[in-house]
Amino acid sequence: MLLASLVEPAFGLIFWMTLSFGIAFFLLTKFAWKPILGALRERERSIEDAIGEAKKAREEVAAMKAGNEELLREARAERDQMMKEAREVRDREIAQAKDRAKAEADALLARAREDIRNEKNAALTEMRNQLGELSIQVAERILREKLGDQSAQQALLDKVLKESDLHLS
Amino acid sequence: MPHSGSLATFAAAKKGGRSLPKYLNSLMRAAFLVFCMLITGWSVAQHGGHAAPDAADPALESRSEAAEFNAGKLIMGHIGDEHGWHIAGDLTLPLPVIIYDTQRGLKVFSSSRFEHGHAAYDGYLLQDGSIVAVDASGTVDKAATANIWDLSITKNVLTAVVVLFLVVLTFISVAKAYGRRAGQAPKGLQSLMEPIILFVRDDVAKGAIGEKKYESFMPFLLTVFFFILFANLLGLVPFFPGGANLTGNIAVTFTLALIVLLIVTFNGNRHYWGHILAMPGVPPWVLIILTPVEILGMFLKPFVLMIRLFANIAAGHIIAMSFFSLIFVFGATSAAAGYGVSVVSLLFTIFMFFLEILVAFIQAYVFAFLSALYIGAAVEESHEHKESLV
Repeated sequence: MLLASLVEPAFGLIFWMTLSFGIAFFLLTKFAWKPILGALRERERSIEDAIGEAKKAREEVAAMKAGNEELLREARAERDQMMKEAREVRDREIAQAKDRAKAEADALLARAREDIRNEKNAALTEMRNQLGELSIQVAERILREKLGDQSAQQALLDKVLKESDLHLS
Repeated sequence: MPHSGSLATFAAAKKGGRSLPKYLNSLMRAAFLVFCMLITGWSVAQHGGHAAPDAADPALESRSEAAEFNAGKLIMGHIGDEHGWHIAGDLTLPLPVIIYDTQRGLKVFSSSRFEHGHAAYDGYLLQDGSIVAVDASGTVDKAATANIWDLSITKNVLTAVVVLFLVVLTFISVAKAYGRRAGQAPKGLQSLMEPIILFVRDDVAKGAIGEKKYESFMPFLLTVFFFILFANLLGLVPFFPGGANLTGNIAVTFTLALIVLLIVTFNGNRHYWGHILAMPGVPPWVLIILTPVEILGMFLKPFVLMIRLFANIAAGHIIAMSFFSLIFVFGATSAAAGYGVSVVSLLFTIFMFFLEILVAFIQAYVFAFLSALYIGAAVEESHEHKESLV
């Protein structure tokens, strides 16, 4: 009897259970489940959005950083290029200056050498002229001494003639 | 108020125990447990003692033996329904009796009029927990009894209302917290309930019904989950207004299972009915056997839902009560044996209590999950065949 009542659903309890469960279900759906599930969904969406935004911001920062690095690298390369060019210009100018100086020095040397040679030649000519004059004076004096009298002159003339005859023959 | 008194004593003992050695502290805890046990035992003894006046009644003397403890009657009385809520000792909360008699119309009166089944009132008598019609001489009139529709607010009806009231109150307060703290982290009751709600949504509804269609079934699954959970937990509270065996009552699980059946039936799509009435890819002569089996299966699934919840919770209550009854069964032979057994009984009951807390959650989950699975099978579009769990 007791066991039968245990497994036999009582009509009254089913009736009240259906009614109260139905009312509670309606109240819960309207005032609890919908707001709660809505709020949860809303929060999940906002979290997802926030994560997406954070990711985007991170990507932007990364892109910016990459851009900065690119700029820096370019600036560095430019600087290197400029320095290299400056160095080249400097080297070239130094070289040019050196060349020019050398050329000038060479020119100066050459001119100096020329001058020296000219001076030397002039001196030599002068010396030669003086020597010639001197020797002519010497010779004139000798001749004047030797050929001071008529006989000595005749003798010499003869002798020269004689020699030239021989040569002519 | 023996409970609150003992709690105060215990609190005082604990405070004083701070300076005491550790073993004294645990000794006091043990003493508290034994004290609780004695109080509960006293309460059960009073309850069990009801067999005595019944037996003394001359009309029932032939059926009952002596004024001894009847464990079966106590346990069945506890897990069954009552027209008045027996709280402790002789204290009983009278509940309204509502009878719709097809001959005599609607009758409403207090259950205290029955005097625990000892008196007839207005031609009705409470016999073994159910209302029967009696004639003037006091004998049961079976023909008149058949006209009675008992719509009384019984102990279980009141408990169901209390449980549903608690669920509504809890979740409306949680919903308000969501409104008040929009976009903020959950707090308090809200943070306690949120993981459970998310669990029901993500693991029960989304898992069993599918991402596309789960949303419209969420209110039902959440309501049924929390109703069963709250009812199971309230059933574990040993004093008023707990202790009623609500989810271990077949009428309650019947109602819940019926709602599942209705939801499945009204939401079943072509695919679902096609599989029941004419399983595709099966030769026609096999269908003669298969179709009745499938139709039977359609009703069997909610039927199993009903039985599983009822049997699990009722069994938990029966076992807990049986351990307590052991004390008085042994106590009837000798007082020393009763006290000796009480220690073992108490330990087992405490163990059962923790087990029942686990079962409360598991059964709520299982009921909601299997309901979701049946609904999922009824609304699924794809042709991948899910194994139906029964």
